[in-house]
Amino acid sequence: MPQQLDYLKETPSQTAGPYVHIGLAPGAAGFQIYDQELGQDIAGPNAAGERIRVEGLVIDGIGSPVKDVLLEAWQANSAGVYAHPEHGGEVEEGFRGWGRVITDFETGEWAFETVKPGPVMGRNGQMMAPHINLWIVARGINIGLNTRLYFEDEAEANASDPIINVIEWEKRRETLIAKRSERDGQTVYRFDICLQGEDETVFFDI
Amino acid sequence: MTKPNQNMAEYYQRDRRWHPPAYAKDYKTSVARSPKFSLISLENTPSEITGPRFGHNDLAPTDNDLISNYAQPGESPIGERIIVHGRVLDENARPVPNTLVEIWQANAGGRYRHKKDTYLAPIDPNFGGCGRTITDENGYYYFRTVKPGAYPWRNWVNDWRPAHIHVSVFGSAFAQRLITQLYFEGDPLIKSCPIVATIPDPDAIEQLIARLDMNATIPLDTIAYKFDIVLRGRRSTLFENRLEGN
Repeated sequence: MPQQLDYLKETPSQTAGPYVHIGLAPGAAGFQIYDQELGQDIAGPNAAGERIRVEGLVIDGIGSPVKDVLLEAWQANSAGVYAHPEHGGEVEEGFRGWGRVITDFETGEWAFETVKPGPVMGRNGQMMAPHINLWIVARGINIGLNTRLYFEDEAEANASDPIINVIEWEKRRETLIAKRSERDGQTVYRFDICLQGEDETVFFDI
Repeated sequence: MTKPNQNMAEYYQRDRRWHPPAYAKDYKTSVARSPKFSLISLENTPSEITGPRFGHNDLAPTDNDLISNYAQPGESPIGERIIVHGRVLDENARPVPNTLVEIWQANAGGRYRHKKDTYLAPIDPNFGGCGRTITDENGYYYFRTVKPGAYPWRNWVNDWRPAHIHVSVFGSAFAQRLITQLYFEGDPLIKSCPIVATIPDPDAIEQLIARLDMNATIPLDTIAYKFDIVLRGRRSTLFENRLEGN
C-alpha cells in the first residue's frame, strides 16, 4: 500500500458580502462597538520617509464604481523592511505596515495615508521596486483579489522589477502604476482598480 | 540595522480548483465583478510571506462574546445561544497560534445591523453582530453568539441565504489571508444557495459546515458548533529555484 499524504485542504473562500463593514469596519456600518477599530493607521507617527496619500476607485465591468469594497494594504517601511519578525529588520515604533479602508457608499472613492515604502529585496537577489500589496474583497468577489501598487516616479526601479516583468503584456503593466500629483502641498497617488474590461488591473495568484 | 532576511520558506500554491472561481453566473453580482484575464502566478517573495501581526492589546477580552458585547446591562440578544469554536490549522495540520479571527453575522431574525440592510426583520437592540479574537498557542479560538437567521436576498426572486457567519482570518503571511462563511449542519437551505454553489467541489462545501458539538455544549445554557479553519501550509525546505547557476 502506498504511503498516504496527510495534508489538509485549505478552507475554501466565500464572498465577504455586502455587509463586510459590520465585521471589519463597524463604524462604517453605522455603530460603535470596539474600543479601537483595526487598520486605521498604517505607518504610525514615527515612520521615516515621504508621507503620501493613496486614493482611487474600484470599477466593475460596466464601468461603474463599486461602493461596497474593503481593501487591505500591506507594505514595507521606507527602508524596505516589513513589520514581521521573520523579515529580520527593524521598523519604527508604531509602524504596522497594514491597514484597511472601505469605498465610500456614495462615490466609491477610497483613500489611505501612509509613507512611501522603500524597495524590498525579492527572490534570487533581485530588488523589487517600492510597492504596496493590496487585497480586495466585496460582494460578488468570490475570493480576495491580490494586486500590487507601484509608483509612477520610480520608473527606473519599475523597469527592472522582477514581478512587473513577469507580466507578458507591457500594456497591462501600466495598470499597476499609481499616478503621482500634488494637492494642497500633499503628495497624492491615484490608483484606480478595474475588476474587469479593457483596462482590467493585473491580479496575482500569490 | 540588521539586513532583512531573504531566505524565507514559501507557502504551498493555492488550489484554485478548490476555491470558487471569480465568475459564477448563478451568483449574479459576480458577473460584472470577476476579472476575465488569468491571474498572474507569482512565486512567493517577502511581500507575500510576511503579514500583519496582532496582539491582545489590539482588542478587548470580551470582543469574542457577541451575546454581551453590544447588549444593554442585564439584557441579552434574542435567539438560540451558541458557542462557535475550533482551531486554525495550516495544510500541514499544524496549529496557527496568535492569529486574528474576526466574525460578523445577522441577528436571529436574519437582519444585519448595517445602514444598507433594509430587510423587514427587526434590528435587535442588544445585538451588534461582530466579534474578534486571537487564537491561543494551540491555534484554538471560540466565540459566544446567537445563531443567525436565514434571510432573503436579491439574486433570483426567491433566494434565501442559509444561516451563516462570515469569518475573516489572517494567518502569519499576507498569502494566507482568507475570508469565508460558516454554515450550520443540517440547514436545508445550504444545497440551494447560489453563493455556496460557487464552490465546485462538494467536499470543499462540507468543509464550511460547522458540526453540532454536544461535548462542547454547556448543559442548560448554550449549544455548541465546531468549525476548524485551514490556512495555506508552508514548505519546510529553503531550496530556491534559481534561474541562473548557483
